Amino acid sequence: MDLNYSPEELAFRDEVRAWLTKNLPAELKDKGHYSKEELLRWHRILAKKGWVAPAWPKEWGGTGWNVVQRYIFEEELGYAGGPMLIPFGLTMCAPVLLRFGTEAQKKRFLPRIYNGDDFWCQGYSEPGSGSDLASLKTKAVRNGERYVVNGQKIWTTLAHYADWIFCLVRTDPTVEKRQEGISFLLIDMKAPGITVRPLILMDGAHEVNEVFFDDVEVPAENLVHDEGKGWTVAKYLLGYERMNTGRIGESKRQLARLKEFASHQIRTNSRFRDRLSRLEIELIALEITNLRFLDRMRRTGQPPGADVSMLKIKGTEIQQGLTELAMECIDPLAGDEKSLALQKKYLTTRKTTIYAGSNEIQRNIIAKMTLGL
Amino acid sequence: MNFDYSEEQQLLADSVRRFLQNKYQFEDRKKIISGAGWSEEVWAQFAEMGLTALPVSPDYGGFGGGAVDLMSVMEAFGEALVVEPLLPTLVAARLVGRAGTSTQKKALLPAVADGRLRMAFAESPKANVVGAPAAHKLIVLAEENLFIVDAAEVPMQPYRTIDNMLAARIDFSPSKADLLAKGAGAAVEEALDFATALVCAEAVGAMKFACDTTLEYLKTRKQFGVPIGTFQALQHRIVDMFISHEQAKSMACLACSRVDSSANPDERARAVSAAKIRIADAARHVSQEAVQLHGGMGMSEELKVSHSFRRLTVLARQFGDADHHLQRFASL
Repeated sequence: MDLNYSPEELAFRDEVRAWLTKNLPAELKDKGHYSKEELLRWHRILAKKGWVAPAWPKEWGGTGWNVVQRYIFEEELGYAGGPMLIPFGLTMCAPVLLRFGTEAQKKRFLPRIYNGDDFWCQGYSEPGSGSDLASLKTKAVRNGERYVVNGQKIWTTLAHYADWIFCLVRTDPTVEKRQEGISFLLIDMKAPGITVRPLILMDGAHEVNEVFFDDVEVPAENLVHDEGKGWTVAKYLLGYERMNTGRIGESKRQLARLKEFASHQIRTNSRFRDRLSRLEIELIALEITNLRFLDRMRRTGQPPGADVSMLKIKGTEIQQGLTELAMECIDPLAGDEKSLALQKKYLTTRKTTIYAGSNEIQRNIIAKMTLGL
Repeated sequence: MNFDYSEEQQLLADSVRRFLQNKYQFEDRKKIISGAGWSEEVWAQFAEMGLTALPVSPDYGGFGGGAVDLMSVMEAFGEALVVEPLLPTLVAARLVGRAGTSTQKKALLPAVADGRLRMAFAESPKANVVGAPAAHKLIVLAEENLFIVDAAEVPMQPYRTIDNMLAARIDFSPSKADLLAKGAGAAVEEALDFATALVCAEAVGAMKFACDTTLEYLKTRKQFGVPIGTFQALQHRIVDMFISHEQAKSMACLACSRVDSSANPDERARAVSAAKIRIADAARHVSQEAVQLHGGMGMSEELKVSHSFRRLTVLARQFGDADHHLQRFASL
């Protein structure tokens, strides 16, 4: 057992860190919200370097790095403080296409995702289908070479930026097992009949939306995998997604900033200091737990088990804890820009334990899949 | 970076586990604690397997192993709730190895390695010392100085701790003792970090038992016509127990690894204190939930889960509780 990175791994980390220091524009660091242009600017800088999609196969632009190198890269990326790479194309739609897409779909979409030509969003949740996703009602009816889509999605992150949306839709309402009536469709956001309506969250920001589909025509060639296999695709995506939910590098950066910002509280308030220490230790533990899972994947060659859901649970709890402590360092009645930004960060971070499968759903997954309950 | 045990470490862990499964079931342990409070026969087996020699320097008949080498052993001890005082002997031997003269090392360490000599460590002249009644020699810290004394020379009142470990209250006067080392603060701090890291590993093992046995109970205990593990309120609680155990295990890996590899005492101390804080919190959480989810049965002397509760309650505080280590963590 050796918890230190090898000299090669350290050299790799230093190379990544040095490049990020040099190439991440200062004006893109540590902003609460980013415009579409800012997000794409950073995406394209990384794409030009060849680092925007490390996990893809090499033929499509992947780097060929092993799991530890990919982890180091992710962490450095988060630690550098730039905008988050928007996952919907790079780490959600693309792996699905690579696994289930036709050659034509791969050729059509992957290079555009890589280069940041298409901005993607994810059409999963509906007003009546949140945690119980398989109850979704947005329907797609096959009509010759087209599907006609009607229904509504909700909480669609950055739909107002998006060129494309990948959707779970109901193609067969009659099957007994409702999961088998769901399909995975790629839909052009410019198609007639699509309406995007902003949902403003409690921090005042516009990040999520409602998306309405009113007789939207979608070419049948945009179906991924077979009709009725959408749930299989969604489950595959879930497994793929879960390894990257700890956001450890980003939390490390927030912790370092908080320590600087809260130096007075740390010196004068031992209750605050101890809460901060406990949070820091939880983050250290999470990092090692994450590395232990990676090590297991590397040794066994097996995909991550359901127990990696704990990375999402702990990672988001830590993110929330950090923003809560930061907020507590300021006057609750303050109105200056910096104070308001910290309060808003606290407000918006409450979403993390709800999105991407609420932490309660993650616990259900572990209970069922890992513990056999 | 890797989290594998080496082949030797794995073989040792397997043989310890096999032995404990065959010879140290809960019923066997019950007999031991209703008798002398520890078993000389079990001790001899531990020595036979090389556990007493493992961390002793090869110069004195040992294998020169570190905390990582002992980690899986301590985890297995935690799972089985072993009462034999291996850790007290190893901590005292570490002090002799780090602070003693070569004459003292020659006199003591080979005997520790082959299992003939048991020791215990008292952190002050008047102290409650685990393992003292079974020890031949005591190492006693008085101010910054370490003394070595025949256990038979020290007035002591033996008793059992709340978790059935054999201990004694000692009242010791340095006048009757040999000096081991003067101004041994750094050696003591190092040995206590070593001990703390191993206690962390032991707690991780005890937590694993508590989690596993509670999961089993949720699957078999029926109420309202169904296994109680079908209730989401309980499912989420046991999931949180498993998460606590995993996080604790990660910190035990960190502590043991830093005790072995850190050249910088502050770095070592910071890792060990961080681990102890997380493990103290996890031990409390897991042990309390294990009892709660067992209902009345969790309170029963008859069930091992109540013994794991007591063990975890002590381990959470032994070698410094969370508050103590929070203070230390913040000072580094």
